Amino acid sequence: MNTHYGIYGGQYVPETLTGALRELEKTYLAAREDLAFRAELNDLLVHYVGRESPLYYAKRLSEHLGGARIFLKREDLNHTGAHKINNTMGQALLAQRMGKKKLIAETGAGMHGVATATVAALFGMECEIFMGSVDVARQAPNVDRMHALGATVRSIDEGGATLKDAMNAALRVWASCSDTTFYLIGTAAGPYPYPMLVKDFQSVIGKETRKQCLEMCGRLPDEVVACVGGGSNAIGMFAGFEDTPEVLRVGVEAGGLGIATGQHAASINGGKVGILHGMKAYFLQDENGQMLDTYSVSAGLDYSGVGPEHCYLADQKLARYVVANDDEAIAAFDALCRYEGIIPALESSHALAYAIREAPKHDKDHIIVVNLSGRGDKDMDNIRKYREVISKRLSKCAST
Amino acid sequence: MDRITNIFAAKKPLVIFTSVGYPTEEQCEKAVCAAIDKGADIIELGVPFSDPMADGPVIAAASQVALQGGMTLNKVIAFAARIRARYPKVGLILFSYMNPLLHLGYENVCAQLAAAGVDGILPVDLPLEEREELLAPARKHGLHIIPLVSPLTPEERVAQIVEGMTGFVYYINVAGVTGARNELPPDVAEHIAMIKRHTSLPVAAGFGIASAEAAHAAATAADGVISGSGFVKATSESVEAAAEFTAELLRGIK
Repeated sequence: MNTHYGIYGGQYVPETLTGALRELEKTYLAAREDLAFRAELNDLLVHYVGRESPLYYAKRLSEHLGGARIFLKREDLNHTGAHKINNTMGQALLAQRMGKKKLIAETGAGMHGVATATVAALFGMECEIFMGSVDVARQAPNVDRMHALGATVRSIDEGGATLKDAMNAALRVWASCSDTTFYLIGTAAGPYPYPMLVKDFQSVIGKETRKQCLEMCGRLPDEVVACVGGGSNAIGMFAGFEDTPEVLRVGVEAGGLGIATGQHAASINGGKVGILHGMKAYFLQDENGQMLDTYSVSAGLDYSGVGPEHCYLADQKLARYVVANDDEAIAAFDALCRYEGIIPALESSHALAYAIREAPKHDKDHIIVVNLSGRGDKDMDNIRKYREVISKRLSKCAST
Repeated sequence: MDRITNIFAAKKPLVIFTSVGYPTEEQCEKAVCAAIDKGADIIELGVPFSDPMADGPVIAAASQVALQGGMTLNKVIAFAARIRARYPKVGLILFSYMNPLLHLGYENVCAQLAAAGVDGILPVDLPLEEREELLAPARKHGLHIIPLVSPLTPEERVAQIVEGMTGFVYYINVAGVTGARNELPPDVAEHIAMIKRHTSLPVAAGFGIASAEAAHAAATAADGVISGSGFVKATSESVEAAAEFTAELLRGIK
């Protein structure tokens, strides 16, 4: 198998983990060809996850913007409220095949943690979730959900105490118990074969979108847009349009307070090639090759790296990677709430922000599909805090 | 013969790992000198990294302190050059995660290490599958790349790992991260014997060794004994504690 995407990807892990990766690769390659495995997964995706998810024409929002037609791929309507479960369901079935008793996972926003805890409960497996302490604080509702589902949540205090640090902790634990424990990576990153696995399990998003767009519009979209942290929902959406170069694939990275401020999480737009978490990819790092802490209002995009295939697609200009800052994401969040009655996740709001920016430049024959990767219930507290900070800043300006 | 080969030919060496720059650059350097004065044969110079995912709590915390103190790969190389100037015979191995090496450039870093008198590199997160990219520049500059074998490595893979390598083989005693353990697993000797069926290189055993007893057990099974977290911990206490820790391990080996 090809373990790289151009120069990216690979298996840069300590020797202790190489056996577990080989075992996973072998199991997956066999399962992929096994009709029974595919049937079981498909059955669960239909009856448990609630697929297929709708493609919805956001008419009021589109008309308000007065340009392109914006469609939403409603991954927020999946069970657990995000695209993450497409992948956790697939990997949990692999874990079952391998006879593993326990699932461990890293999580940022907590959506992957919830989706992992969910499948662990469904299959009667033990579950431990690693989460940076900063994320535990800002995504408390998801921590409660994981607890309710029977998972243990381990709060990680190292480094910036976000997704990168949670992944380090999970890898450490996995090194000592890979015989009984399955590491369920949630993003299209990590050592091979994870980027391939995650892409394959998430490709259902792109495949459905393509079919639905043809049915609804009689043609393919002009652009498909998804937010990119590690890049799982984006790679899943892009997978449906690999053989159609006329469909522009757009990944939106978290610009935080702006690339120039250094307070962001845009690895492709602001990082350099590096090695971490088992892969060669773009990472945010300092002039000595130390990884930098990231910043974004959205916990799910707050990761210093990005999946290797995205790095390759960016270099080859096969997809376009842009940035949306915190303020644009919040404005997009508001717009979708008010014009469509849909509360989007802050992660997905970054993809929406791009569509809102671009739509007025086109006419209504232009179709933009935004992957609405998750719902925003978990973010209400963050939104409130964000507004408090802004209003304080404004009143300060007014008084001086 | 090169320095590392000579050392292993003469005795069962004690290999000491230090997290360079911990707790301060000065104290670390004094502790390393004290260890060599006591009889440590090879020093592994640990390059602190922001994301030490193969390390246990002691070395991970030491890395963070060293980075906060401003330690960089360039400074580690300068540190190595100073040790080399003072101790022409001691073995020096750079112990690093891949990212700092990639960032400086493999060719550049290998040239600088060779010039500083370093004997080899032990890349923590560079398994067989990816090692070619570092192997070529390392060989060009006469540096060993020290291969790692874990208790989970199957025999056929061991054969591939040791093929064509130089210096010594690092056997990781336990599957997991770095750090002291109460006792060595019983299968260490068996694994090392298996490795030796595939190579004439010496095999040193590391991970979990922090007492005279553990050092003794490791020396019985292996050609050399590696200790890391215990030394790092002692270094943070005092230079004397680091020297005493080294002496204790040496008592176990003899």
